[in-house]
Amino acid sequence: MTAPILSISGLSVVSEFDARPILRHVSLDLEPGRTLGLVGESGAGKSTIAKALLGVLPRTVRITEGEILFEGRNLRILARRELRAIFGDAIALVPQDPMTALNPGRRIEAQLTDGLRLRRGLSAGAARVRALELLAEVSIAEPERVLSAYPHQLSGGMRQRVLIAAAFALEPKVIVADEPTTALDVTVQKQILRLIRGLQAAHRTAVIFVTHDLGVVARICDRVTLLFAGSVIESGLTADILSAPRHAYTRALIAAGPRYDRPDAGLKPVPEAVVAQTWLEVAGPGRQG
Amino acid sequence: MMEASASSFVAPGGPALRARRLAALLAEPKVTLGGGFILALILVALFAPWIAPKNPLDQELMLASVPPVGFTGAEPGYLLGADDLGRDVLSRLIYGSRIALIVAFVAASLAAFIGTALGLIAGWYRGWADGLISRLVDIWMAFPPVLLSILLVAVLGAGVGSVIAAIAIIDWTRFCRVVRAETMAQAEADYVVAARAIGFPPIHILMREILPNVVPALLALVSLEMGIAVIVEAILSFVGLSVASDTPTWGGMIAEGRQFIHQTWWLFAAPLVALFATVLAFNQLGDGLRRALDPVLRR
Repeated sequence: MTAPILSISGLSVVSEFDARPILRHVSLDLEPGRTLGLVGESGAGKSTIAKALLGVLPRTVRITEGEILFEGRNLRILARRELRAIFGDAIALVPQDPMTALNPGRRIEAQLTDGLRLRRGLSAGAARVRALELLAEVSIAEPERVLSAYPHQLSGGMRQRVLIAAAFALEPKVIVADEPTTALDVTVQKQILRLIRGLQAAHRTAVIFVTHDLGVVARICDRVTLLFAGSVIESGLTADILSAPRHAYTRALIAAGPRYDRPDAGLKPVPEAVVAQTWLEVAGPGRQG
Repeated sequence: MMEASASSFVAPGGPALRARRLAALLAEPKVTLGGGFILALILVALFAPWIAPKNPLDQELMLASVPPVGFTGAEPGYLLGADDLGRDVLSRLIYGSRIALIVAFVAASLAAFIGTALGLIAGWYRGWADGLISRLVDIWMAFPPVLLSILLVAVLGAGVGSVIAAIAIIDWTRFCRVVRAETMAQAEADYVVAARAIGFPPIHILMREILPNVVPALLALVSLEMGIAVIVEAILSFVGLSVASDTPTWGGMIAEGRQFIHQTWWLFAAPLVALFATVLAFNQLGDGLRRALDPVLRR
């Protein structure tokens, strides 16, 4: 295992509002150029990790302990100026919902060139040229027209391509993809996954792929970390975990997914007993949520 | 397959888009009618000296209280009749539109500016800044606006400037509330989160990411506010707290006409109709603009 480019160790986050734990001693490592799947049900803390990595945690939550190391530097103690070169620059985001992630009132060109102009000091003309390259790179056929369009004039798949182009604009070392395919239909999903995969290989970018879809994990992730109620319950190589899950919850989660080879089998919810047992493990007795 | 989906995009961009948007704006009857009326009124106010048939201050005591054309005893050249001092009502109406429009535009813009600035601050920073501004709005809105405006003008002294200041000082709260709520909603949007992650300073995010999306709602409000400003100016003129009495204003004309309402009703009716039509036009324009400019409503 090479040295991780990004490493979270013992990260705990609580809600300011009622001191409820949101993350409990979460640790994970991301190697350069690799893809880590972050899997869990709603509320497991996936998006909180994504936000912490981008320095945009809401003001209603607070990090209580743990470290986030990027290239060996602790992001929690770094000066603001140094952080600016990391958040949104060396670490970029592909957001979840392409329908709401673009500003409806601004043209694509303005939104795509923001980072290039602010962070790289490019002129408007140079940024436009770069934006056209980026759009071509995400297989957009008419980049000129897309640049002058408003988001509502583009389809969901197109918008997600634009967002991916924007994420890769600053040549980040890590991309946090927060369920980038959840809001898309299955055929477009497949194209978008292939696109992310291709760009990642071309740019040697590491990706943290937040999802609740184990099918997606199997397809693109090298390693996977399973979260439950803010705790890591299992972590390892994707192939190992999917073929030989150690934790009962993981097994139930894998069994719960639809099977293409047995369409009549239906969906099996994770058994109550397994959920209760997992709660007991992560939160101790007497406390659920 | 991939290429097909990537080009499944039909809307034209650039100049074509702008033309289409203008067309959408003009296809909205509320915009064309309301805006047309306001535009005509602006032209009338600008070119008042050339349009007005008489000097609005010229008294012709022999012709005092002649009725409008079409009534018995009407005097040719006095289309809407003359007041008790023999001044041409139409000319006074035309000159009166100047004050009405100046107050409408300047006061509404000022109120919008103050309210928007404070609303953006409250909605973005929340915490104590929001608490302070929101409490201020609550207190402000508890005052009866007309009384407060009369009080303010009485303190500041009569005059157009005071009227404008009074309206702006009172009515910024309308804008503040709407902008604050909208800013809070927008602050959660992914594009704002992305802008924060990239490291744009708050001022940039507020101006470029949030404000443009507040503008459609704001435009409607500004237009409504212009209507309100016209009314408040008329009220202040009515109680004699606006401009000096030798400058014709609609409110002043209503006040003068009120005294003789049983004898010379046209002195009362003419400025009232002008006021009514202007306020209606501002309101319709605001509503139409909101419909035509909102990218979501337009879809």
